[in-house]
Amino acid sequence: MNTCVQTLVSPPPSLRAVPSDGPARRLPGDLAIWFFILAELLAFGAFFIAYAFARANNVELFNEQQLALDRNAGAINTILLLTSSYFVVRAVQAAEASQGRRAAMWIAGGIACGAGFIVVKLFEYAAKFEAGVSLSSSTFHMFYLVLTFFHFMHVILGLVILAALWNNARRGRYGPGSMNGIETGAAYWHMVDLVWLILFPLVYVMR
Amino acid sequence: MKYSSQSVALPYFIAAIGLFVGQIIFGLAMGLQYVVGDFLFPEIPFNVARMVHTNLLIVWLLFGFMGATYFLIPEEAETELYSPKLALLMFWIFLIAGAATILGYLLVPYSTLAEMTGNNILATMGREFLEQPLLTKIGIVIVALAFLFNITMTMLKGRKTVISIVLLMGLWGLAIFFLFSFYNPGNLVKDKFYWWWVVHLWVEGVWELIMAAILAFVLIKVTGVDREVIEKWLYVIITLALVTGLIGTGHHYFWIGTPSYWQWLGSIFSALEPIPFFAMTVFAFNMVNRRRREHPNKAAVLWALGTGVMAFLGAGVWGFLHTLAPVNYYTHGSQITAAHGHMAFYGAYVLVVLTIISYAMPLLRGRAANSERSQVCEMWAFWLMTISMVFITLFLTAAGILQVWLQRVSDTPMPFMAVQDQIALFYWMRLWAGVVFAAGLVTYLASFFVKGDSKPLIHA
Repeated sequence: MNTCVQTLVSPPPSLRAVPSDGPARRLPGDLAIWFFILAELLAFGAFFIAYAFARANNVELFNEQQLALDRNAGAINTILLLTSSYFVVRAVQAAEASQGRRAAMWIAGGIACGAGFIVVKLFEYAAKFEAGVSLSSSTFHMFYLVLTFFHFMHVILGLVILAALWNNARRGRYGPGSMNGIETGAAYWHMVDLVWLILFPLVYVMR
Repeated sequence: MKYSSQSVALPYFIAAIGLFVGQIIFGLAMGLQYVVGDFLFPEIPFNVARMVHTNLLIVWLLFGFMGATYFLIPEEAETELYSPKLALLMFWIFLIAGAATILGYLLVPYSTLAEMTGNNILATMGREFLEQPLLTKIGIVIVALAFLFNITMTMLKGRKTVISIVLLMGLWGLAIFFLFSFYNPGNLVKDKFYWWWVVHLWVEGVWELIMAAILAFVLIKVTGVDREVIEKWLYVIITLALVTGLIGTGHHYFWIGTPSYWQWLGSIFSALEPIPFFAMTVFAFNMVNRRRREHPNKAAVLWALGTGVMAFLGAGVWGFLHTLAPVNYYTHGSQITAAHGHMAFYGAYVLVVLTIISYAMPLLRGRAANSERSQVCEMWAFWLMTISMVFITLFLTAAGILQVWLQRVSDTPMPFMAVQDQIALFYWMRLWAGVVFAAGLVTYLASFFVKGDSKPLIHA
């Protein structure tokens, strides 16, 4: 018992010292964006849990209507978002190397992929609305529309943020000493990507 | 006080406190009517007392918000108010209109009041919290427009800070959403649907912006923490408030004839509504812990911290208690709602107005802070009112749980009035907690008259 308490109070030697080699760990971007990202993940998390409960009560309906979703559009969008996230990573690296114009080009590539996501999604929505899918047509459709639309709005906000980053990068406002802005924006964009990586298999694929 | 036009806040604050006293008197009368049904009948029946209690609350909070704005905006914008005269004129119009409305409620039957004030031209009366006669509603719009004009013009000619922009967004939102009080569709579902656009989008939407801005202003002043840090928090808080609060309206749309997807949307988004309130609590304590000066006004710091904690408990925790659709299926419109309503309004909006009054009043009276004795008196008032409000909330929660059980859950459900008899003990205890609250309010009033050596105002 005593040793138990002791281990709780003082960590074992291996954990005690922070390795002195390598750069000090730091949080990329602004602390405020991380609070915001956590809150966003909590919101999506609550939705995913609600989805799980609703599905458990009605597995057959969910499975049947899931098959009617456009998995190809979902897969294309997954590739688009992953690619855009990669471009944004390259942009951050370019900014750190004081290559503002190169960073701006990478961000523009990220924006193009994000815009592609929007276009694909709009075609998908148009086809679904045509087929009579609405918030009231079934519980599954409600979740499909609400979850994807909530995420859709985040993509739009992310694109606005990327546009601001692009503008700043073009003007050479980012560099080794001033990475806060671009890292903050990039962290948000990766969150949008991350949510989709859970949302897509959960709603479109998993049975 | 840095700008002489800030002094127009003084009458607003005095009126707010005066109406607060009125609200509590009617609250006590109602608390007694819960257990002694014919108390004051037929002069002031329960429904009239309730209307006066809730309407006075809203009006005095609006006086408080306006006073806070008139005090805060010149200092933030670093310029005199656009028109102090207009501000004083609006004060008198609002006070007279408010007083006339309350007298109307008390002196003539409600239906007569409706006939006298043009309800037949545009029917807007008879809805909870929006009972005001048409003329009063129009008056509120005129006062709000003149107020917003005055404030917006002041801001346009001066410095634009995040605090003042957030405050102004909240105030514009307040005015815009009030316009839905003029829309009174015959369809009861639509009526309720849009009624919440005033009631919910005020207290769980735009008022949160006003509250966060006022709190941020006071915290900058009393802690000396960098504006940049406080502004960052403010951004995060208002974004969270809007993301959760706007669609959170859906927690009022359960089983009232609206589509059933609102049960999901309302449950999920409103379950997240405690987050911005929690952020506000962390914000307030964090700023005070990182303070770079010891402000002589200790009472104001106490009110500010109290706002953070009580808003989170009352609005956040007590809201969450009954916000999920499966829970609300049982608790809807019970004393649980009353418990939440009392602590949320007190914790969030009463306390934030008293915070800015506590900070601004000594300055308006020409000193940096009140005397030690006066502040001690004020802090006693804080604790008396806050602790008694905690007890009011706990007693109502107990009454609510018992009520839900006896009336809606048990195998042999009892009728409403029979249940009310069963829970009378809690109503008595609530009444006594209310008496302590009133004692706290008297202490608060007394703190303004306690003499002693006050801290002089040092002009930089």
